[in-house]
Amino acid sequence: MDARVNFDVEFQEQPAVAAAPKIVARDVNVYYGDKHALKGVNVDIPERSVTAFIGPSGCGKSTFLRCINRMNDTIPICRVTGKITIAGEDIYDRSLDVVQLRARVGMVFQKPNPFPKSIFENIAYGPRIHGLARNNAELEEIVVSSLQRAGLFEEVKDRLNDSGTGLSGGQQQRLCIARAIAVAPEIILMDEPCSALDPIATARVEDLIDELRGDYTIVIVTHNMQQAARVSQRTAFFHLGELVEEGVTEAIFSTPSDRRTQDYITGRFG
Amino acid sequence: MPQHTVASFDADLKVLDSMIGDMGDGAGRALSGATKALIGRDVALAQHVIGADRAIDTLQHEIEERAVQTIARRQPMAVDLREIVAAMRVANDLERVGDLAKNVAKRVVAIGEQRSPVALAAGLESLGLRVGEQLGAVLKAYRNRDAAGAMAVWEADGAIDALFTSLFRELLTYMMEDPRSIGFCTHLLFCAKNLERVGDHATNIAETAHFVITGKIIATERPKADESIAIDAAMHAPRTS
Ligand SMILES: Nc1ncnc2c1ncn2[C@@H]1O[C@H](COP(=O)(O)OP(=O)(O)O)[C@@H](O)[C@H]1O
Ligand SMILES: [Mg+2]
Repeated sequence: MDARVNFDVEFQEQPAVAAAPKIVARDVNVYYGDKHALKGVNVDIPERSVTAFIGPSGCGKSTFLRCINRMNDTIPICRVTGKITIAGEDIYDRSLDVVQLRARVGMVFQKPNPFPKSIFENIAYGPRIHGLARNNAELEEIVVSSLQRAGLFEEVKDRLNDSGTGLSGGQQQRLCIARAIAVAPEIILMDEPCSALDPIATARVEDLIDELRGDYTIVIVTHNMQQAARVSQRTAFFHLGELVEEGVTEAIFSTPSDRRTQDYITGRFG
Repeated sequence: MPQHTVASFDADLKVLDSMIGDMGDGAGRALSGATKALIGRDVALAQHVIGADRAIDTLQHEIEERAVQTIARRQPMAVDLREIVAAMRVANDLERVGDLAKNVAKRVVAIGEQRSPVALAAGLESLGLRVGEQLGAVLKAYRNRDAAGAMAVWEADGAIDALFTSLFRELLTYMMEDPRSIGFCTHLLFCAKNLERVGDHATNIAETAHFVITGKIIATERPKADESIAIDAAMHAPRTS
C-alpha cells in the first residue's frame, strides 16, 4: 500500500449565495401629506432568507415594510411612488388584487394581536376566507401543521378551544406567526416582533424565524442590533428616510462602508 | 470618531488602551534591559529583567479580563469589537515579548562574564536595537491608530531577519573553527533567535493595528528573509586535509 499521505485539498467553488431577488424596490418614495418619509429607496430582497431593517426610530422602516403589502393604502394621507415587484410582478399595478397580495405577504406586528377567539379559530380564519380548505378535515390539518411549524402545537394541543388571548406574550406572538403561515404566504413581514417579549420568548421566536427562512422570504424590522446580527442574512440600514446601506449581515456589522451605519451600530448616534 | 452615546463605553475602551500602553512600556524596558545586559555582560541587570517579567504577565491577565467584561457588558459591534479583540491580541504578543526578553536575560546569567568576540557583540547589539525600534514604532502606530506607520513596521521586519541570518552564519563559523566555543555560541544563538522572534511579535502587532483601523487582514504574505533555514552546515566546515 502506498503510505504517502495526500495533503492536497480540493477546494470547492462556493455556490453563489445570492438567491433570486423576491422583492425588488426601485426609487420608492413615500409621502404622508407634505412629509417626505421615504426617499428613493432601491433594494433587492432575496428569497428564502431573512433581511433585517435597522435604523433609528422614525427613519421609515415600518413605512417601507407597509409598502410591501400595500398597507399604506389604508392611510388616507399616504402617497407611494416608484415601483415594487414581487417575483417580477408589479404590486402597484391597477389590476392587482390587494386581498390576494395580503395572502401572499403575511405580517406580524410588534404587539401580538390574536383575535379574541379560540386558538383554533385564530388560525382557521385566514384559510377559511381565502378558501384554502375544502372541508373541516383539511382545515384542521392546516391549523395543526401551522401550529407545528410555529413551534406552538405541543404547548397548546390540549386547549385549542381556549382563547388565544389567554396565552403568554411569547406564545401569542408565535400564534400570530402560525396565523400568518396558515394562508401559505411567500413573504412574511415582521415589525419588531420581539420588542414586547422577554429574552426566552425572544430566543424562541428567533429560532422559529431561522427555521422558517428555508421556505419563506422574511423581512424583519428590529431595534435590537444583536437580533439583526443573529437572525438575518442581509441587513439594510435606514436613516432619515434613506436606505443608507444594504448588504451581507456579517459585513454590515463588522465593516460597514458608510460612516452613518458605523456610528449607528456602534452606538455613536447623537 | 464621534463619542459613544453611552459615555462609560468610551471610558472602558480608554482604560484598555492605557493598559496596553503600560504593558508596552514594560515589554520595551525588558527588551532594552535584556539587550544591554547581553552586550555588557551585566548579570545584575539580567536578574532585574527576569524579576520584572511578573508584572507584564499580570497586566496581560488584567487586560484579558477587562476585555471579556467589556464584551459581555457592551456587546460591541464593528470597530469597537475589533478594538477589544485587538487589545487581547496585542497583550498576548507583548506577554511573549516579555518572555523572550526574560529568556535572553536567563542566558546572560548562564554564560556569566565570558567575553565574546567583538564582531559578535556588535551584531547582537544592532539586532537588539533594531528590534527595540520596531517594537517602539509599532506600539506608537497602534496607539495613534496609524495604519501607514503599522505597515512600515511590517515591511521593515525583513531587515531583522537578515541581521539574524548573518549572525547565525557567523556563530556557525566560530563553532566550527573552535568546538570549545560551542556551548557559549549556542547561548548566543538562542539569544539572537529570541530577539528575532520579538521582531515577529512586532509584526503581529502591526497586523493587528492594520486590522483595527481598516477592518481588513493584510492581504499579502510578509516577505521572509530568515534564510538561516537554508544554510548548509557543510558549507561552513573548516577544510580538513
Ligand atoms: N400614519 C402616518 N401619518 C403621518 N406620518 C407618519 C405616519 N406613519 C409614519 N409617519 C412618519 O413617517 C416617518 C417614518 O415613520 P416609520 O416608518 O414609522 O419609522 P420607523 O418604523 O423607522 O420608526 C416618521 O417621521 C413618522 O412620523
Ligand atoms: Mg416602526
